[in-house]
Amino acid sequence: MINKESLPGRVTRVTFLALWLVVTVFPLYWITITSLKSPGDIFTFPIAYWPEHFSLENYAGLFSNAQFGVYLTNSLIVATVAGAVATAISMLSAYVLARFEFRSKSALLMAALITQMIPTFIALGPLYLMMTELKLVDNRLGLILVYVGVCIPFCTVMLRGFFANIPDALEEAAMIDGLSRFGALFRVLLPVMKPGIIAAFIFNFVNCWNELFLSVTLMNSDDNKTIPTALNGFISSFNIDWGSMSAAAVLTILPTMVLFAFASRHIVQGLTSGAVKG
Amino acid sequence: MTRSTYEQVERPSLKGGARPAPTTASQRPRRPAFTARRGLVIAAYMAPAVLFVAVFIYYPMLRGSQMAFRHWNLTDLTDTSWVGFENFQAIFTDPAWSTVLSNTALWVFASIVPQFVIGFAIALWLRRRFRFRGLYQALVFFPWAISGFLIGILFRWMFNSEFGVVNDLLEKAGLIDEPIAWLADPKTAMIAVIVANIWYGVTFFSIMILAALQSIPNDLYEAAELDGAGKVRTLFQVTIPYIRMTLALTVLLRVIWIFNFPDIIFGMTGGGPNNETHIVTTWMITITQQGDYGKASALGLIVVAVLLVFSVFYLMATREKKGASS
Repeated sequence: MINKESLPGRVTRVTFLALWLVVTVFPLYWITITSLKSPGDIFTFPIAYWPEHFSLENYAGLFSNAQFGVYLTNSLIVATVAGAVATAISMLSAYVLARFEFRSKSALLMAALITQMIPTFIALGPLYLMMTELKLVDNRLGLILVYVGVCIPFCTVMLRGFFANIPDALEEAAMIDGLSRFGALFRVLLPVMKPGIIAAFIFNFVNCWNELFLSVTLMNSDDNKTIPTALNGFISSFNIDWGSMSAAAVLTILPTMVLFAFASRHIVQGLTSGAVKG
Repeated sequence: MTRSTYEQVERPSLKGGARPAPTTASQRPRRPAFTARRGLVIAAYMAPAVLFVAVFIYYPMLRGSQMAFRHWNLTDLTDTSWVGFENFQAIFTDPAWSTVLSNTALWVFASIVPQFVIGFAIALWLRRRFRFRGLYQALVFFPWAISGFLIGILFRWMFNSEFGVVNDLLEKAGLIDEPIAWLADPKTAMIAVIVANIWYGVTFFSIMILAALQSIPNDLYEAAELDGAGKVRTLFQVTIPYIRMTLALTVLLRVIWIFNFPDIIFGMTGGGPNNETHIVTTWMITITQQGDYGKASALGLIVVAVLLVFSVFYLMATREKKGASS
């Protein structure tokens, strides 16, 4: 492939990449276009690939009929707080796992790896009972606590990969200059780590923002639902209102799209290092 | 001349994946003066993480595993006695069980093969630098950030029997004469959910394989070219052997992941029509939601057992890789 590209080779490559781009983007385009048709125009023939008139009716209906603003706020609070707390906690554990040798280290890494292999929803039932005992069902704090636990293992592995790329000498020098280990971590390492930490936070945020099964199990009142739980409510009803559904889908995807655009390079790096190293 | 063509290949931009892992061996063990104090630092920094994961992940999982041997149904909480293997028996005698099993196998296999092939092709073709490559990658990799559940909803709408765009496009292309009720027939519904899963999963393969490809030293290609090896031969005798381990690991990791990935099916068919598109994990979640925690936990244990088998393979392969690269 490094050889000079022949004309047929070039044509094949460009065609394939272009086709796949269309395949990737089309569903997103389609749901956006649907959300911008007026409710009556969604169900007409022939299907319009470019609507004659655009309308924001579906979006307006979402906020007036359904409490979408409430769900949006809930999701925002839960994902931000859980993402930030998990990142902070993982920073400490990742630092220790990257910089120290100790006996239980491989056991701890293995425990983190197992949580990645065995999905959390296996524990849905017991988690519900446990949260009932703790009086944390249908409570944003409860969901945040669970999400922090879910986020920590991968976030730790990801940040550990970033820490391992920074030479030890950096904080050693700082400690010789009189900073404590904690001081060296905060004043010297973290500024260097900034892109990695932001990527880890975004990764956690997106995961919590998208999570469905735990939130469906733990949140049931309309005031506490997160967006995925609300969407699940929309499809449980017999007839799906595809107008509001597609508007809701667009509003759900948009924030992750913006965040992903900012951090995709670092997230990809973290993903690959985390996944291959295990 | 050779030199300049080689320089068309960009420096690795996706570092990480293929770079040798910072294994414990490569890190100097420390010998600080106060070992007790060092232990304290380790414990203090690790404590919050360990506490959260132990309480919110491991404890419920362990509790769930003993629930599998008890009668535990939300509709009747007065009786939570031990019932031995009754829950397991209930699963194996359930009429849905055989469908669930074959669906799971189909779901994993039919998803992973196209994901791998398309992902590999994209990775190979993305190595050459072209204008807007960064933008292209960002767009093509983006599905990764959407929730599987939402992707299910997206494709549910596209596969809609009356107003779905899939039927419309197929009719325009002259491939079908009248609309297909994709999600109403279990056979076509399985095809539809697998198509959605392929769409979603190609990204992961291309990311991982692209990262691995960028670790291949250029001299190997130079040597191959000097030997007069053509493209196909270079692919099979240089590229694939060099990243063989990463390919194997990626496939294994994906098998584990796809096996326990209920989100798309949940959003697209909810396991319907008539329980016919359930895979093991969607079925488990449905049973949980019906309140039969005993039966759901038993099914959960079965899932865990299967996953452990795959995980052991994965760990063995990782170890082999570390051994080979050091």
